[in-house]
Amino acid sequence: MSQAMDFLLWTKGPMFTIAMVIFAVGLLARLVEIFVLGRATNYAEPRANEWLPGFRTVLTRTVADPGTFERAPFNVVVGWVWHIGFLMALLLFIPHIELIKGVLGISWPGLANPVIDFFTAVTLLSLVATLVHRMAHPVKRHISTVEDYLVWTIVFLVVLTGYLAYHRLVSPYPLALGMHILCAEIFLIMLPFTKLTHIFTAFIARWYNGAAFGRKGVQS
Amino acid sequence: MSAQESTLSLERGLAAFRAEIDAPTAAFFSSCVHCGICAQSCPFYLETGDPKYTPILKLEPLRRVWEAEFTLWGRIKRLLGLEQKVTDAMLAEWEELLYDSCSMCGRCSLVCPVGNDLAYMIRKTREGMVQSGHAPEGLINASIRAVTTGSPMGLQWKTLAVQIKHVEASTGLEVPIDKTGVDYMVLLSSMEIINFPEYLEAITKIFDHAGVTWTLSTECFEATNAGIQIGNKDIAAQLVERVVAAAEKLKVPNVISPECGHAFTAIRWEGPNLIGRRYPFRVFHIVEVLETLRAAGRLKTEGKETDRLSMHDPCNLARKSGVIQQQRNLMDLVADDFVDLKEHGRYQWCCGAGGGVSSNERAEPLKMAAFKRKKAQIEEVEPARMVTMCATCRTQLEEGLEEFNMDIPVVGLTEMIADHLVEKDATAEEEPQA
Repeated sequence: MSQAMDFLLWTKGPMFTIAMVIFAVGLLARLVEIFVLGRATNYAEPRANEWLPGFRTVLTRTVADPGTFERAPFNVVVGWVWHIGFLMALLLFIPHIELIKGVLGISWPGLANPVIDFFTAVTLLSLVATLVHRMAHPVKRHISTVEDYLVWTIVFLVVLTGYLAYHRLVSPYPLALGMHILCAEIFLIMLPFTKLTHIFTAFIARWYNGAAFGRKGVQS
Repeated sequence: MSAQESTLSLERGLAAFRAEIDAPTAAFFSSCVHCGICAQSCPFYLETGDPKYTPILKLEPLRRVWEAEFTLWGRIKRLLGLEQKVTDAMLAEWEELLYDSCSMCGRCSLVCPVGNDLAYMIRKTREGMVQSGHAPEGLINASIRAVTTGSPMGLQWKTLAVQIKHVEASTGLEVPIDKTGVDYMVLLSSMEIINFPEYLEAITKIFDHAGVTWTLSTECFEATNAGIQIGNKDIAAQLVERVVAAAEKLKVPNVISPECGHAFTAIRWEGPNLIGRRYPFRVFHIVEVLETLRAAGRLKTEGKETDRLSMHDPCNLARKSGVIQQQRNLMDLVADDFVDLKEHGRYQWCCGAGGGVSSNERAEPLKMAAFKRKKAQIEEVEPARMVTMCATCRTQLEEGLEEFNMDIPVVGLTEMIADHLVEKDATAEEEPQA
């Protein structure tokens, strides 16, 4: 028991600091790496200002156009389901809100535990579905790399260990919670160096996309 | 270019990739989650079912250079010897993916959930392909012809002069040449001059009808830009400079790009950036000019087409340039029974021939495969005829429909408008002289 407690304290103490530092420095480095490259001056007479179309695309690209939805319904629906489930568990589970309050000093109301529990289960199932899809769909199988499977694994483990800890399915409890925290820390450490960066950079990418098309008079 | 070819190398290709990587490119590569949705927007993947045509995969050479040289983790991997190198063999393999199976239609750029502008990056990647000596023969030859003769098809002014004579004979109107100070300088595409001479006749009639002053330039009549299709900034800039020089010499405030998609994006959007300055004139696609004339009440038409018509939006004009409503307003002017294809406007499907695919003989089978998407769209609405406003699209539609034994003629929008102009009243024309 004391070993498990030591482990938990380590994940909440030194390991947490290490993970946060790597995450913050890594993410900052990535953002600097992007923005320092800049864009060439555009001399073509614009049809419209690029800012508003850029921001509009940041929002609108969240929803697939009807044709894409028809052609890839599984991709779209499962993608949505697991992202929403993951975000709900991450941001609306009361202990998570407490943690965020402790680190950032801001908080918001959470959802009742059984609700979060339900969404977590849905997230786990849909993550399994994405893995099966990745291995079965010819395009996804063809373009997938080791990184795709590593990232899937850590995302899945973060949710799974949270689920196991909440349901006390691993004992002793400090070990279960420590494993969940450690997985989340590995997730944070991996974030700036893998496709997990899309959590932040997708909004930048969408803005650039919307701006480029918007300048030419097309809402992308 | 053969003299240059000996100096083309992997080194130069990598340098070109490096030079093309900018903030949007880095944001795009950072964001790809390998969801594969881009494939669902690509006619080359959808109609062949071969996953190697997944758009994001076509950018792998550029992505590898970005990762290895522009990211912290990539540099660490490089130090550890884990770098995925871009090799000459890889680029040779990717030539087909970047040229034969991509028309730069930009549909993937519109559906990528994280917002990656893939067509923007394909354009960039082709720069490196040219520098490394991995561009298709057909496009190299078109580029050489464009630089040496002024036309990617090797067409010279004397051929156009013959066309002009025919037009003048059949319309009784003058085709203005090298006139200074007129409203518009008109550019043409070689494809149009050879395959669709009716376009020149149509604008001659329309401009006379609407009282628009215009001119052709003997120094530059070609609007297309092989340099942009192959991905060579130097050639592209040289071709743009010719247009700019001709327009400046004739002191025209406006230049009209013809019924050609890529010519328009080349001169309208890329041109100023290629030469590094703003133009002293404005650029319009002919459809934009016609719509302006229509809105101002300067197009008096009579009668309407009564058969069922549908329309193909050229990617470069619609999705990549925002000219979408204009052609529909013009259709309403002359067509009674117009029906849009299901996915049209910014979400239209490419004909399969753009982005240099049609100049690349080797790509013929893929070009026809990609056309099947368009064919299916056309079959859905069963039009009697198709209307479009790009000579490359039109040729592809004609060839494709014939290939599949579909008896659906294809017409250019400009000539259809010209066919419906109210004949000038003979007495009204004589009046000023009386």
